Amino acid sequence: MDQAKSNGKGPYLDVQHMIKTFGDLVALNDVSLAVSEGEFVCLLGPSGCGKTTLLRIIAGLEQQNSGEIYQAGKNISKLPPRDRDFGIVFQSYALFPNLTARDNIAYGLENRKVPKNQIIERVTELLKLVGLPDVGHKYPAQLSGGQQQRIALARALATSPGLLLLDEPLSALDARVRITLRLEIKHLQRRLGITTVFVTHDQEEALVMADRIVVMNLGTIEQVGAPEEIYRRPASPFVADFVGAMNFLPGSVAEDGQSIQVGNLSLACSEAHQIGRGAAVTVALRPEDIRVDVQLPNGGNNIGKTQVKEAEFLGAFYRLTLQLEGYSDKPLIAEVSNNRMRDMSIQIGSRVFVHLPPDLLRVYPGKVGMHA
Amino acid sequence: MSAQATELPLGEAQDLEKIKKQVVRQQLGFEDYLRRGLFVLIALGLFTFMIYPLIMGLMRSFQDRTGAFIGLTNYINYFASATTRESLPNSLYISVISMIFTVILAFLYAYGLTRMKMPGKRIFQGIALLPIFIPSLVQALALIYMFGNNGIFTRMFGINISLYGSRGIIMSEVFYAFPHAFIILSTALSLADARLYEAAEALRTSGRRAFLTITLPGVKYGLMSAAFVVFTLAITDFGAPKVVGGNFDVLATDIYNKVIGQQDFQMGATISTLLLIPAGIAFILDRLVQRRQVAMVTANITPMGPKRHQPLVEIIVYACIILMAIFILSVYVTILLGAFTTYWPYNMSFTLKNFTFYVAGTHHRGGAFVVLWTSIKMAFATAVAGTFVVFFSAYLIEKTRGLNFARSILYLLSIMPLAIPGMVLGLSYIFTFNNPNSPLNILYGTMAILVISTIIHYYTVPFLTASTALKQMDSEFESIGESLEAPFYKTFLRVTVPVALPAIIQITSYFFLNAMVTLSAVVFLFVPGKELAALSVMLLDDAGETAQAMAMSLLIIVVGFTARGLFYLLTHGIERTTQAWRVR
Repeated sequence: MDQAKSNGKGPYLDVQHMIKTFGDLVALNDVSLAVSEGEFVCLLGPSGCGKTTLLRIIAGLEQQNSGEIYQAGKNISKLPPRDRDFGIVFQSYALFPNLTARDNIAYGLENRKVPKNQIIERVTELLKLVGLPDVGHKYPAQLSGGQQQRIALARALATSPGLLLLDEPLSALDARVRITLRLEIKHLQRRLGITTVFVTHDQEEALVMADRIVVMNLGTIEQVGAPEEIYRRPASPFVADFVGAMNFLPGSVAEDGQSIQVGNLSLACSEAHQIGRGAAVTVALRPEDIRVDVQLPNGGNNIGKTQVKEAEFLGAFYRLTLQLEGYSDKPLIAEVSNNRMRDMSIQIGSRVFVHLPPDLLRVYPGKVGMHA
Repeated sequence: MSAQATELPLGEAQDLEKIKKQVVRQQLGFEDYLRRGLFVLIALGLFTFMIYPLIMGLMRSFQDRTGAFIGLTNYINYFASATTRESLPNSLYISVISMIFTVILAFLYAYGLTRMKMPGKRIFQGIALLPIFIPSLVQALALIYMFGNNGIFTRMFGINISLYGSRGIIMSEVFYAFPHAFIILSTALSLADARLYEAAEALRTSGRRAFLTITLPGVKYGLMSAAFVVFTLAITDFGAPKVVGGNFDVLATDIYNKVIGQQDFQMGATISTLLLIPAGIAFILDRLVQRRQVAMVTANITPMGPKRHQPLVEIIVYACIILMAIFILSVYVTILLGAFTTYWPYNMSFTLKNFTFYVAGTHHRGGAFVVLWTSIKMAFATAVAGTFVVFFSAYLIEKTRGLNFARSILYLLSIMPLAIPGMVLGLSYIFTFNNPNSPLNILYGTMAILVISTIIHYYTVPFLTASTALKQMDSEFESIGESLEAPFYKTFLRVTVPVALPAIIQITSYFFLNAMVTLSAVVFLFVPGKELAALSVMLLDDAGETAQAMAMSLLIIVVGFTARGLFYLLTHGIERTTQAWRVR
């Protein structure tokens, strides 16, 4: 039950060079990942990126073509699931329908021949832990989706596993329940200090919950980093586009070797990019980072003239579609708060200035075919 | 590229090809060996009691009486002789005609009950299902009482429809196959999407055009499936042609006559093989069609309720349904009356003596009830053993991680029995088990061989029921069980079986009811003292004791209805006690 945990000596979970194919499809292409003890890691990516496959291989529910997994220093690559030390929660809850919430939670404890009174004690404790002390006698069909998923979580935690695996546990729930439950899971995880791998395709979930996000695409890892780092400094156009919204402006490196020529705008850019003169590049900027003004901001670089093509009201803010003057490529998307919109009295057809802050611009080599 | 090629990214094609073939195998424990052992056990059972006998039968068709190999001579002889070669076209003829009639009638009936507004739907539905689980020879017998040379209607109206021969066989088969086609078509018709009809109406489509462009295409696969099922039932049926066929030989009766009448086992095996071909083709086509039907069902639909039609259409359909229902009921009334009548139709006085008959072999042990009791015991054993084997093998196939090859082999073996006509199976069992040199000979003449042959004969439908029930269960139950270190048999008993209990009861009931009426496979396997109910109906009819055959038929029907009632109550009781957790 309680395995000797590796204290400070390397990662708790270490996936090395994982390769998995399904027929001709390469689901995991040489993926390596290290997770520290007590860490909450999110595997984030679109469907088919290999994130669930990776989770199932860690659980032993899928067998890899090659690659090794170490848990607490022990090679578990060839162990069947029953000999590995993990608890798992699925999107479908997979609660046993004919057993009460209590019996579901007790299921794993019974298999370990835990004395009956201890089982009762532990189950009561877990019901409290997931905030459902009074539903023990109920059957899954009598519980709401959110309650069922909490019971499933309690069942996975009952045997105090060293590793918690969560496979899109919130995806089947209502938006409201999802938001409360994701915080609860996060708090619970922090309190128990259990190493957790969480699979999701929802970037918001990953940003809120994870200590570290692993962005995956087409069977490979695109970027690993803290949520803010992933959002602020996306390592690739894919990450930039998948996590949050992004403007991509095709351009080329100017004669000075640092600033970027986009249309007739020369954009200064703080980040040192090491891309050769004249090479085609793509400049990326988040919509909320664009500063919009009706008056020419004084003394700044990186200022362009635009015309408002579209203004969508999205409740807390407006999303503006702006056409840069002298630039026929895609329009810019900018987000402006309601207050600013009122102050500036912007309408469709208005001419406005945009300031593209040099320190927030990202530069990627080549032309990106993606839409923001 | 270094020596550690497998650890490099899959950049190059030859690496990919190499890596695709390798897999990290997990260590095997007790459970894994147990699982594999059970796979082998079930596959071995199906091989011994299905594949091996069929091979024995096939081989016999290439041999002469002494057992010497003679190639295709038996087949050449079959087609060369004017007396034998009739049976193949005869079989195809009655099957195709029965198929056309049954599908049309069942479609009309099902359409009225699912799509039209009319009174008494539940009653009509019940009546439509009456003939299911009633042996075809019982129905043929009733038809003789009604339309035979001395039938009650023949005498009443003075019209002799010359029942004996193809006409009688077709009538019996239509009657026998009707409920099967009705079930398939009702399901297909009730799965229609109401939105299509709403869209049609919005476009001012006439009812006739909507029927031709939406209804018929929508039930296309249901119609095809019903047609194949009826065809298979008709071509493999032995009971009806035996009783009402007269001189009109079909393949099934031909096998019987060659083997039992002339002891010509080689020709029996030859005709068996010929019967296997159309049955196998119908089976394969049905599988293909069903796969498409499933794909259609999974789509998200708004169910279609009954609707008003043009008055003339409603009157015609309703009249047809009433006529069909009256006909079905009159068959049962005939059996009921016949069983208690001294000498139909000459002496219509009431009697109970028909129930105290003597079948050859049961002489000293009393009449109908002894035979019935033997049948019930056999059916019970079949139901228990069959349910266990079928459900467990479906579980192994559906809920095992990996072992894909073993699973597909076992699946193929499990759906094959549907393609094997009972006569073919029964005859091949003689070759396999009535052989003093074979260790399997110890089974010959035992109750066990009757039970095993019946399980194999009816294996596929319950297997598919079990598969469907297991597929509907969350596929992660087993993963959860494993992650919680529960052995698979624990999760199986604690979760899978309770959740699948309604399906399990359905399987048990299917085995029991079919075992009560089975005739074709066991006709070659019974020994004196082990006559089964449907078999004794045939033997009594052969002996000219028609009134006693009627009495036996009535008993079979009564047991069938009682069993259906009990199974219904059982299912109902289980549903009530488990309603707290069953998702409705």
